[in-house]
Amino acid sequence: MDKIWLIIQREYLTRVRKKSFLVISLLAPLLLAGSTIAISKLNTASGPDVVAVRDESGLHLAEHLTDTEDVRFVPAAPGSLAQAQAAFQKSKDKQAALLDFPAGFALDSSKGIQLLGNGNVPLKRRENIRKAVNKALGELRMARSGIKQADIDQMQARVDLTAIDLTQQGGRRNDVGTTTAMAYVLSILVYMFIFIYGVQVMRGVSEEKSNRIMEVMISSVKPFQLMMGKILGIAGVVLTQFALWLALSWGITTVLVPLLLKPDKPAITATTPLKTTPASAASTPAAAASPATAAPASASEAGVGATPQPGQQFSIWSVLSGLPIGSIIGGFLFYFLGGYLLYSSMFAAIGSAVDDQTDAQQFMFPVTIPLILSYIVSINVIINGDPNGPLAFWLSMIPVTSPIAMVMRLPFGVPTWQLLLSGTLLVAGFVGTTWVAARIYRVGILMYGKKVTYKELSKWMFYKG
Amino acid sequence: MAHPTPRSILEARDVRKQYAAHTALDGVSLAVPERSIFGLLGPNGAGKTSLIRIITQITGADSGEILFQGERLNPSHIGQIGYLPEERGLYKKMKVGEQLLYLAQLRGLPRAEAVQRIKHWLDRLELKLWAQKNVEDLSKGMQQKVQFIATVLHQPKLIILDEPFSGFDPINANLIKDEILQLRDEGATIIFSTHRMESVEELCDNIALINRARKVLDGPVSQIKNQFKTNTYEVEGQGRLLVVHPDFEVVEQKERENDHFYARIQLHAGTTPNDLLRFLISQVQVQAFRERIPSINEIFIQRVRETMPESLTEVTAR
Repeated sequence: MDKIWLIIQREYLTRVRKKSFLVISLLAPLLLAGSTIAISKLNTASGPDVVAVRDESGLHLAEHLTDTEDVRFVPAAPGSLAQAQAAFQKSKDKQAALLDFPAGFALDSSKGIQLLGNGNVPLKRRENIRKAVNKALGELRMARSGIKQADIDQMQARVDLTAIDLTQQGGRRNDVGTTTAMAYVLSILVYMFIFIYGVQVMRGVSEEKSNRIMEVMISSVKPFQLMMGKILGIAGVVLTQFALWLALSWGITTVLVPLLLKPDKPAITATTPLKTTPASAASTPAAAASPATAAPASASEAGVGATPQPGQQFSIWSVLSGLPIGSIIGGFLFYFLGGYLLYSSMFAAIGSAVDDQTDAQQFMFPVTIPLILSYIVSINVIINGDPNGPLAFWLSMIPVTSPIAMVMRLPFGVPTWQLLLSGTLLVAGFVGTTWVAARIYRVGILMYGKKVTYKELSKWMFYKG
Repeated sequence: MAHPTPRSILEARDVRKQYAAHTALDGVSLAVPERSIFGLLGPNGAGKTSLIRIITQITGADSGEILFQGERLNPSHIGQIGYLPEERGLYKKMKVGEQLLYLAQLRGLPRAEAVQRIKHWLDRLELKLWAQKNVEDLSKGMQQKVQFIATVLHQPKLIILDEPFSGFDPINANLIKDEILQLRDEGATIIFSTHRMESVEELCDNIALINRARKVLDGPVSQIKNQFKTNTYEVEGQGRLLVVHPDFEVVEQKERENDHFYARIQLHAGTTPNDLLRFLISQVQVQAFRERIPSINEIFIQRVRETMPESLTEVTAR
């Protein structure tokens, strides 16, 4: 037992002490922070489309155009249409289109409205604007028939659909966006880590084999100890890396990002909305969200800046609080480790069977295919389909696909009995593959200069010690 | 022989090992006396490495048993055996000192003691300055020395060296030879396994010859050589040698320039070398006269010819 511990230590330390480990551990969170900043900046740059409105109809149509998440209306430069166009051109990309209600525009005919843009105005944007205009015209027509504005507002009461997840205690608020994002992130992490570190196990084994140190090692320790020591040592590396990423990302997003984003703050208030209804303000958290992340933290740290806006704070960490975090982290660790053990023992067997790494390709195929497929199929079945449907259920039960499929289902909430069943199956699965792999491994590591085939591998499994 | 009544440190009894298509060991029995140097000799593919892998517990025998100091071989003996495989190798990216420490600990040596011994051995083989270097930065000869240290660091009672001198330059080979002799004098038993029989002939106290999965001969080297002596003498001299004599038989005769000759003459039973010498002196000017001792290689071939003639062509072809 202390021998396997020595092996684990060596495998762990030689990898953790490598410069590349340090670089990746530091670089990945910085990249994450960088992309967070980039996305925030892009968000402020794009945000809702700003549409300039030129209203010559005398109907005060502009006042009835309501801002939404996607469109915001601002008054066009005064003067002729040509002047407005010139101003629009000058605005470069700040304004997405110019909406023109010409003089003599009549409510009844609704003809003559023009949407001017640079190039073809995208369909989605056109549709958004059309809806807003339609709504404004409707209001005006109703007003003309004598209905009071207050009544109109009442009739158009905003429908707010709040989905409650009843499987969670106390019925938590359920944010589909966050849940889906979480499912993506978790499953891609599991997929990546299994792949990257499984291949590392394979490399390690074939390196020992081509270094010809195998015989010395095997005369001191059992092949199984050597294989498991390597697999567990590398698992330790992954967990260390993961913990470092988590800690660093947390540090960076809560301290560094706010500091870097601060100078952007004034830019958000630069474009004054034409008219802001209470509904529209509430319905645009996404727009205000990312830059607002910065506000409270940076304000308190620098002691200056904007007034904090309670309720609009956005941070990865606060959004996560709506999810079953405990079971997600626990489940993630379990399924990652289970999946890693299952796949890496197969990778170890491949590494032991071939003389050099170019030969490994043919054997990697049957191992990587289920890994890749389970990722692709899971996305279609679980994220784009029904996270609790029958296919999702089976994907999250079969040990080769469950590490990815189940992790993807976790944020959506999974019944406990399914977790227990799939967990048990996964443990049985990796015990099984480890057993098979160990039998191939112990023969393979001492086999040199032999062209290995699948038939050969299956024979090795039945060799006597 | 170092010991008057040698006790066996290792004994193999009727060991058999069968691989899928061929038999690697077919009932091999042998005993390795304590505090001696034992040569496990035979051509490539004879089964030497298979036997060693069983002794080092890399694989197990199908049947038969191995006794280590009278006990059935088991994992607790791993720490008392040192093994230098034919295929040398170390972790290339690991520092020399760390690597030795790791391998010693895996053999069950406590850390503190291992550190002491590593220092001692690196000093002894002049590698002290390289302790902090990665193995890949060392020359091949130095790597071999590191590997030798790894083999003996845990003070094994039994040291098994597979093809020990392959890959060593002559200077290092001599250095290692001296270290081996010293280890033997300090109480260790050494097994050499090689197909180059002449390379270890003068070092071995005992040998076992293996061919085609079977032991063909074993025993103390001196005894074997005596046993295989053919009572043949080599003679060099000047003059005209003409042997027609009932007691002697010329096996080979070569005329050289200036009336010189070389001859191998076999004595018939009951004849002494002095009889031959007297006869020669009467005929020619004798310049050299010595008994011809067969080499292990010759003994091996002769033995194979006697016991398994069907494999002779492949043995002599090597």
